Amino acid sequence: MGYSGHIKGILQRELSAIEQAGIFKKERFIHSVQSADIEVEFPAGSSLKRVINMCSNNYLGLSSHPEVIEAAHRGLDHRGYGMSSVRFICGTQDIHRELEQKVTEFLGTEDTVLFPSCMDANTGVFEAFMTAEDVMISDRLVHASIVDGMRLCPAIHDTFKHSNMEHLESKLELHSDKRIKVVITDGVFSMDGDTARLDEMVTLCEKYDALLFVDESHSSGFIGKTGRGTHEKCGVFGKIDIITTTFGKALGGASGGCVSGRREIVEMCRQKARPYLFSNTMAPVVVSGVLKVFDILSRSTERRDKLEKNAAYWRKGLEEAGLILQPGDTPIVPVMLFNASLAQKFSIDLFGEGIYAIGFFFPVVAKGAARIRTQISAGHETHHLDKALEAFRKVGKKYDILGKTKQEIIDQYGL
Amino acid sequence: MEDLKTTILNYVVDEYLDDPDEELTFDSPLISAGIVDSFSMVSLKRFLENKYSISLPDDRATPEAFDTVNKIAALVTEFMNK
Repeated sequence: MGYSGHIKGILQRELSAIEQAGIFKKERFIHSVQSADIEVEFPAGSSLKRVINMCSNNYLGLSSHPEVIEAAHRGLDHRGYGMSSVRFICGTQDIHRELEQKVTEFLGTEDTVLFPSCMDANTGVFEAFMTAEDVMISDRLVHASIVDGMRLCPAIHDTFKHSNMEHLESKLELHSDKRIKVVITDGVFSMDGDTARLDEMVTLCEKYDALLFVDESHSSGFIGKTGRGTHEKCGVFGKIDIITTTFGKALGGASGGCVSGRREIVEMCRQKARPYLFSNTMAPVVVSGVLKVFDILSRSTERRDKLEKNAAYWRKGLEEAGLILQPGDTPIVPVMLFNASLAQKFSIDLFGEGIYAIGFFFPVVAKGAARIRTQISAGHETHHLDKALEAFRKVGKKYDILGKTKQEIIDQYGL
Repeated sequence: MEDLKTTILNYVVDEYLDDPDEELTFDSPLISAGIVDSFSMVSLKRFLENKYSISLPDDRATPEAFDTVNKIAALVTEFMNK
């Protein structure tokens, strides 16, 4: 009972400051399954509104797929609800190992270990095999979970300018005396939707005897011709030393993640990664669902093909409407508004039009780079995309930004 | 001393600034203003050590000591004279 008025006051002032800075996060309650059409209660207490979801990571539309749900039910019936143990005591079932083998085959690696989430995989992996004699060199835009993992690791850390191979090479030269060098990148960058230059990175890593780490959370299941990920797209399948990915996005969307890669590194994670050692792993019901996801993906590429087609249709529609997009060819399509307040208002107006898409601004993205990040799904049909395009045109017209250049929007709204 | 400061300033601009038009002075805060993050500080430290053939101990190469070009230059000068 040490929660004094003094402490309460400190925290209340901090929360007020967050609210005043316009970065206070409020949840919107969804009263339906996750899909392209959802029913949302927002603000809290208001009546339900049916909207089109343009901001989920449900890239393949598998979050509520009937076969996945059925498999999860079977898993619940046959393997129970929970394990009440960490993996190495009595928390490993046959299906955990089965999933690890499936992931290994899918990603083209040597071995895999599951984690409760990809956040846990990223926070645990570096510390498990690196020491103060080593160096981590990361792209400056990697995901926050990787940054946390690097902070927890005693190896020294350095960064290179986003996707700048010349700068990366200079860093590899600078740190060439280190025992283990690991180059760290996202496969697809979640805020901009651009793809890492993995082919060039593999070449550089071979030249400088460095390992390559790729977080494939926004790629696994749909990037590349058969959806294996960015390494497939870049022609370096089988050449990545460490891949982390999530089952909380395209691959069923529930939860869980993994470290997949060189056998010895995976084994070091089993021996030393703290989120693996000190936390229960994925629940049997989720493992069963993800196993079914891999079955579905191995049958055909229909869903990732549809996603690719949808993303191209969406991107073309927004461009024709005169909106400014971040360049790219992934299902992450950021509509650039530059001004944070405009991004917030734009998102609220879209919601009024039945479109659920969120504004992102500093500190999530750089100052002056506020945007609405849209994410396309194979669960979207053309009529969803057309309705959303109509809403973007309408709201864009209201704020008089259609056909405007970046500078004109900045002149109108400021940074 | 001015040459040393200019060399450090040029390195910081090339290494850390995304906007080439952004102006930095010898007194501009680097770490506390978020221009150089604590992760990237290591390359600055290693650059200084290689360039000036010095070794900066971790307990002296702190975010405070690296916060402006003037402070960095003073630190480097101290170790060059040792």
